[in-house]
Amino acid sequence: MSGFQYESPGSVDEAVRLLAGAKGNARVLAGGTDLLVQLRSGAANPDMLVDIKRISELRQISGNAASGFVIGAAVSGAEIGEHKELAKAWPGLVEGMELIGSTQIQGRATPGGNLCNASPAGDCTPGLVAAGAIAVIAGPNGRREIPAEQVPVSPGKTSLAKGEFVVAFKLPPRAKNSGDAYLRMIPRTEMDIAIVGAGVNLTLDASGVCVAARVSLGAVAPTVLLVDAAARALIGSKLDDAALAKLEAAASAAAKPISDKRGTIEYRTKVAGVLARRAAVIARDRARSNA
Amino acid sequence: MAGYEDKSFKWIGTRPVRPDGVDKVTGRANYGADMKLPGQLTGRILRSPHAHAKILSIDTSKAEKLPGVKAVITGKDFPEMHNGVLPGDEGVNFHYLSCNIMARNKVLYDGHAVAAVAAASAAIAEEALALIEVKYEVLPHVIDVDLALKPGAPLLHDDIFTTGVTPKPEKPSNTVQRIQMQLGDPDAAFKDADVVVERSFKTKAVHQGYIEPHAVVAEWSEDGQCRIWCSSQGHFMVRTLTARLLQMEVAQVRVIPAEIGGGFGGKTIIFIEPTAVLLARKAKRPVRIVMSRDEVFRGTGPAPGTSIDVKIGAKKDGMLVAATGEFRYQAGAFPGSPVGAACMAAFGPYALSHVRVVGYEAVTNRPLCYSYRAPGAPLSSFAVESVMDEIAQKLNLDPMDLRIKNGSKEGTQMVYGPKLKAVGNLECLKAIQNHPINKIPLGPNQGRGLAAGFWFNLGGQSSAVVNIAEDGTANIMTGSPDIGGSRASMALMAAEVLGIDYSKVRPIVGDTSAVGFCEITHGSRVTFATGMAIIQAAEDVVLQCRQRVAKMWEVDVEAVKWEDGHARPAGANAGDQKPLSLAQIAAKAARTGGPLVGSAAINAGGPGPAFGVHICDVEVDPETGHVTVLRYVAAQDAGKAIHPSYVEGQIQGGVAQGVGWALNEEYIYGEDGRLQNSGFLDYRIPVASDLPMIDAIILEVPNPGHPFGVRGVGEVPIVPPLGAIANAVARATGARMTDLPLTPPKIRAAIDAKK
Ligand SMILES: Cc1cc2nc3c(=O)[nH]c(=O)nc-3n(C[C@H](O)[C@H](O)[C@H](O)COP(=O)(O)OP(=O)(O)OC[C@H]3O[C@@H](n4cnc5c(N)ncnc54)[C@H](O)[C@@H]3O)c2cc1C
Repeated sequence: MSGFQYESPGSVDEAVRLLAGAKGNARVLAGGTDLLVQLRSGAANPDMLVDIKRISELRQISGNAASGFVIGAAVSGAEIGEHKELAKAWPGLVEGMELIGSTQIQGRATPGGNLCNASPAGDCTPGLVAAGAIAVIAGPNGRREIPAEQVPVSPGKTSLAKGEFVVAFKLPPRAKNSGDAYLRMIPRTEMDIAIVGAGVNLTLDASGVCVAARVSLGAVAPTVLLVDAAARALIGSKLDDAALAKLEAAASAAAKPISDKRGTIEYRTKVAGVLARRAAVIARDRARSNA
Repeated sequence: MAGYEDKSFKWIGTRPVRPDGVDKVTGRANYGADMKLPGQLTGRILRSPHAHAKILSIDTSKAEKLPGVKAVITGKDFPEMHNGVLPGDEGVNFHYLSCNIMARNKVLYDGHAVAAVAAASAAIAEEALALIEVKYEVLPHVIDVDLALKPGAPLLHDDIFTTGVTPKPEKPSNTVQRIQMQLGDPDAAFKDADVVVERSFKTKAVHQGYIEPHAVVAEWSEDGQCRIWCSSQGHFMVRTLTARLLQMEVAQVRVIPAEIGGGFGGKTIIFIEPTAVLLARKAKRPVRIVMSRDEVFRGTGPAPGTSIDVKIGAKKDGMLVAATGEFRYQAGAFPGSPVGAACMAAFGPYALSHVRVVGYEAVTNRPLCYSYRAPGAPLSSFAVESVMDEIAQKLNLDPMDLRIKNGSKEGTQMVYGPKLKAVGNLECLKAIQNHPINKIPLGPNQGRGLAAGFWFNLGGQSSAVVNIAEDGTANIMTGSPDIGGSRASMALMAAEVLGIDYSKVRPIVGDTSAVGFCEITHGSRVTFATGMAIIQAAEDVVLQCRQRVAKMWEVDVEAVKWEDGHARPAGANAGDQKPLSLAQIAAKAARTGGPLVGSAAINAGGPGPAFGVHICDVEVDPETGHVTVLRYVAAQDAGKAIHPSYVEGQIQGGVAQGVGWALNEEYIYGEDGRLQNSGFLDYRIPVASDLPMIDAIILEVPNPGHPFGVRGVGEVPIVPPLGAIANAVARATGARMTDLPLTPPKIRAAIDAKK
């Protein structure tokens, strides 16, 4: 690791200016729980770090369940976990964020960092994707908004252009009878990386029929997947065993994992279905009690 | 030495706070990396990216020219050593040891050291490493032990000729040795068996996983002396090996021990100390080397992976008639696998008239395989205990009854030679049999596993000094690094013998120039052997006190007895003298012959083997293959628990490591022979939430070889967990798996294969 320039701008515009104007390779620094590890191992060699934690817009959670929450990209996991209203409306998204690391890591890790690190195994990302979160991106040409799942494009790579970074995530207004859930498979009980992750977000009507659903899978493809076929298996059903079996099959069919030191193709494919089904049951039960 | 069984103790068996505890929890304690000397440089080591390659050239010129670089060394800077083991070498091949510390003509594993630099800062040292140009010719490699044993496998050394086979081979191979031990005639005896189970097993290499990476500071003086500060399991070992490798006189090397943040056998050999000394000599400045975690995984001494066949035959009633085992153990790039101990310990818990164990050791393109708690035994035990469990299932017998029926006990002939003296195997089995865990009903996907384990324990050479201060308090010193609370045990034993308060005894670990020789802290030997030295040194003080009081009272020394920390008249003939406390005697020391200093230097025999029996309950998620350990109970014979909390700590720590070994830990190599998981993210040791409370039961079957009945406790607790967990998983899933670790993907595949 050799020297680099460190900046901590106080506004989005200043951050954009620094990132856009940097000579060489400039990187956004949020909690640093991915980036600092990469610096130390030599995997990242930036010329400039732009620390975004001093920008107040990035450190706030605003809005509410009815109007839609806006979560600053650099809010920490601990702050997200402590936000009672957010946790009530989006327990799955929050539990994914809270699974990250330990108490110490929770004080620094951010949803923006989890998404922009572009690891297919990130634990917050499937929840964001299932929620239908919109990433608000600031850049030299002003702001634009894209679905969260369009930010990562391959392991370690995002669709962000030079000078751009994620400012916030907009969640849709939360309908009644909605629930979400996230589950991951790790060999241990904590401090581990997901071999498979699954997020499910759904809304029921008054009679308990699923009227909307989004299903996401982590660690089974180069990026977190949004699986329409899995969502279709749920929509129109009461999430009975037959619908859940269809969901499981659709999730397994959508999984395109690799075999590596963490798991085999066969295993990840099966467990993607298992976790999607289990997450759907939790999301359903939450939706039922969220009238 | 007799009569200790019914001795009542004042201090032994109590649980005071450890003397090193406050400094550790407040962060004051100094570990290997904490030492800082004026002008100290940072040392860094360049390591091979290849599993096996010829070194064509090393060009260090660019690195040497980098400002801030003070020294660069390669294999050329190390003296050439005799290739072989001479009398006086204590079994060490110094050529191999030297070549492991710094490669010469070939690199033999990913992570093998090829050069080192000392520089003014870590950043400069890193930059310098990148400027060293090494040209390699990559050679085919071999990682797996079965492949390494095959004729035609890529050859690591051209000077290894298998020992233990006739005729002596003419061609070199990777097979270091074949060993065999036998009792009776197992081949014939198998014919009498009603049931025979034969299985093959595979296990992966694992790391000890100590928290503290290896660290050293070395200083060289112009007069040819050197000082080394490091954390190790034996600073006398560091001194001897460093002196030998650098062709120095032993007394010119002084090694000062730091606190040690875990070793588990992995710090019973050196990896970086001579490198630091050579850099310091060349740079004329002190040099500190601290390994990164990546270096610890790639460049130290993990425990070997294995391939094992075990066959056991039994009568319908469960009586064992014969057993055989073939144990194929990896060495790393150089000989040194613990296959011998593995063979000897494999069937230790069982009395067998007909048994044969055969061991093979093969070098592979991996880091040196070295000691890890009860070296070799957890693996051979895993195989034997798995087959025992299957025998019980086949015969529809309770696995506990099967073990009690065949349990080894006093008088049992061991395959490696001796007959057992008083041991606690049956006591442990019965303690587990009577434990309430057996009454807890198991739910779906749950299983209960049982396993027994054996370990020899060691004695050996130790020295100790007891210095009495003028107020009667005591400083006690040994040369045994404290890796498990041994200072507390030393202080308890000294307090017991001297008859003073534990709080008045301050124990330390002295450096190699301050205290007499002590063998490394291994083989569960310290509380037993070094403890015996402390007892004798304290007894020496007591004798001196009695002698001085005898002079004051003008009586024979026999007329003065030592009781409860006081000299008292032994009987009426000694007169009506008032008892004198140690403090009172110490206050008069100047006038009665000078300082009160007790010492002992011994070679302790009779360590007394240890047995442990473990039982655990697991639940397996059949869809994900995830294992939850629900309950774990471990019973162990400690002989006499000097400090019961630290015995329990040893038991719990061994279980925790064994559970990791059984479920998740493994060295993962790619096709390219490179290690893929040299960090704690993908090398998964258990975290606290992975483990239930481990219920440790201490039994005390006194060891006749120790004044207080002590036997070693530190190693046997890691022997049974692999078998206990595997047996529990087999019973929970109905699928018996023979490949460790039992990862979720493997378990799910085994469950699917059963359908
Ligand atoms: C001990 C430990 C345990 C961990 N456990 C887990 C775990 O269980 N699950 C898990 O998913 N992860 C885990 N991680 C990884 C990491 O903590 C998470 O991915 C975390 O969410 C990253 O957030 P951060 O703010 O620290 O990111 P940083 O490290 O600050 O940034 C990560 C990447 O994203 C970029 N970036 C950050 N913010 C933005 C932004 N707003 N716009 C554009 N680019 C941005 C950075 O340039 C960098 O490339 C762990 C890490 C550690 C060290």
